[in-house]
Amino acid sequence: MEANPRSTGRLPAAFLTPGSSSFMDFLADHSPELLPGNRKLPEGIVEAPHGTTIVAATFPGGVVLAGDRRATMGNMIAQRDIEKVFPADEYSAVGIAGTAGLAVEMVKLFQLELEHFEKVEGATLSLEGKANRLSTMIRGNLGMAMQGLAVVPLFAGWDEGKEKGRIFSYDVTGGRSEEHGFAATGSGSIFARGSMKKLYRADLTEEQATTLVVQALYDAADDDSATGGPDMARRIFPIVTVITDEGFRRLTEAESSGLARSVTERRLEQPDGPRAALL
Amino acid sequence: MSTPFYVSPQQAMADRAEYARKGIARGRSLVVLQYTDGIVFVGENPSRALHKFSEIYDRIGFAAAGKYNEYENLRIGGVRYADLRGYTYDRDDVTARGLANVYAQTLGTIFSSAGEKPYEVELVVAEVGSDPEGDQIYRLPHDGSIVDEHGSVAVGGNAEQISSFLDQRHRDGMSLAEALKLAVQALSRDTNGTEREIPAERLEVAVLDRTRPQQRKFKRIVGRQLSRLLEADNAAAAKTDEPSDEAPEE
Repeated sequence: MEANPRSTGRLPAAFLTPGSSSFMDFLADHSPELLPGNRKLPEGIVEAPHGTTIVAATFPGGVVLAGDRRATMGNMIAQRDIEKVFPADEYSAVGIAGTAGLAVEMVKLFQLELEHFEKVEGATLSLEGKANRLSTMIRGNLGMAMQGLAVVPLFAGWDEGKEKGRIFSYDVTGGRSEEHGFAATGSGSIFARGSMKKLYRADLTEEQATTLVVQALYDAADDDSATGGPDMARRIFPIVTVITDEGFRRLTEAESSGLARSVTERRLEQPDGPRAALL
Repeated sequence: MSTPFYVSPQQAMADRAEYARKGIARGRSLVVLQYTDGIVFVGENPSRALHKFSEIYDRIGFAAAGKYNEYENLRIGGVRYADLRGYTYDRDDVTARGLANVYAQTLGTIFSSAGEKPYEVELVVAEVGSDPEGDQIYRLPHDGSIVDEHGSVAVGGNAEQISSFLDQRHRDGMSLAEALKLAVQALSRDTNGTEREIPAERLEVAVLDRTRPQQRKFKRIVGRQLSRLLEADNAAAAKTDEPSDEAPEE
């Protein structure tokens, strides 16, 4: 585990072997026990906190990725202020639904995988390359997923080659598909997707896109008990992130609370939210 | 069957040191300097793709002179060491001191093991602190020793001469442009004392900037930013050079 397993304190051969730029490959070679997928699974079922709804939407010039703040364990709220949306690197972000503990570990390893590649190669991976690495990691978690400990992320980023924001969604087996326009994952995703289906337009501004995802999270929280709505009393608001050609940016507390407040205020008059045209 | 000649251990080590030193001296020198907002790495490097400086971790940078494949190997080893350590413990637990130790052990073992050829490299590992007092610069010669440096350090072919030039002129609290200018001056002095011009395209410059908002403080300075920095200082220096020669600022 440490760099100096033997008395000399010298870097072991695995560290100096040229070849892979992947941190995961290096781990597999040097300390396989640290790779999440390599752990032996004990029998039985455990109950662990689950993260719930993540939504994303593209707009001309970028992509937004947002998540609610609730983690549940059965019908209990395990955590009110969990963070489920993380920057993966400067131009991409990942939001996670599923078993919170495993998901956070997966994100940490994913961030490191991208950073490690960047440092070793002196260049960043393409957006597709990043999305594929995440696929591999989810596939490695399949054993856990079969015991009910699934992790299903949503990956969003700015594609520098194509000059647009892109969204990738995953299934438990690591299957990857690109989503056009908007996407959602987690227990409240059905409702969030329905909401975005009626509200999404291709020509949204950045500000409208952030409002859209907050509306979608509100609708998800409205109908899914495992998704948390904006908590005015405790000042817990959804995490909203924006990725453009200037990189990753997380909306400040003031910005996201402002968004959540204006959405909530309008809902006091129209509890079901904005209405789309009938025809 | 012939018996090998007896070579005294002193002679054997001296030969190995000589071999390594000669290898390092073939490469161009590079310098690492403290400035007010961090640490700057400056070297002459005609290649855009093969770097002499690189990022190891959030606050740690790496510089190397000598044989490319050997220091590249050590660099990747260092990145792996730092990333593994940060993953196992925490990002704050990766330190330049720890990394320098591992490098020293590695270089030392290779240097003194008869079966391996000594590495022809000299490394610098630098860590930027939250204030100038927290900055650390370690120089790692080919034989596995560690030298804790302050202010400025030079490694490579002409290192001794450049170091003494820098020692006399480097002071605390220099701006980036001032430090850069001093570094370029130091690098453009040849062994025989003559000066030559190093064009901006042949310079490789990187900084560990403590004022950078990102967690990762390492940044390469290239293109327009580099020429702006070099020019900004030439303009300022033209105005202040003459008087400051007579009355050295303190």
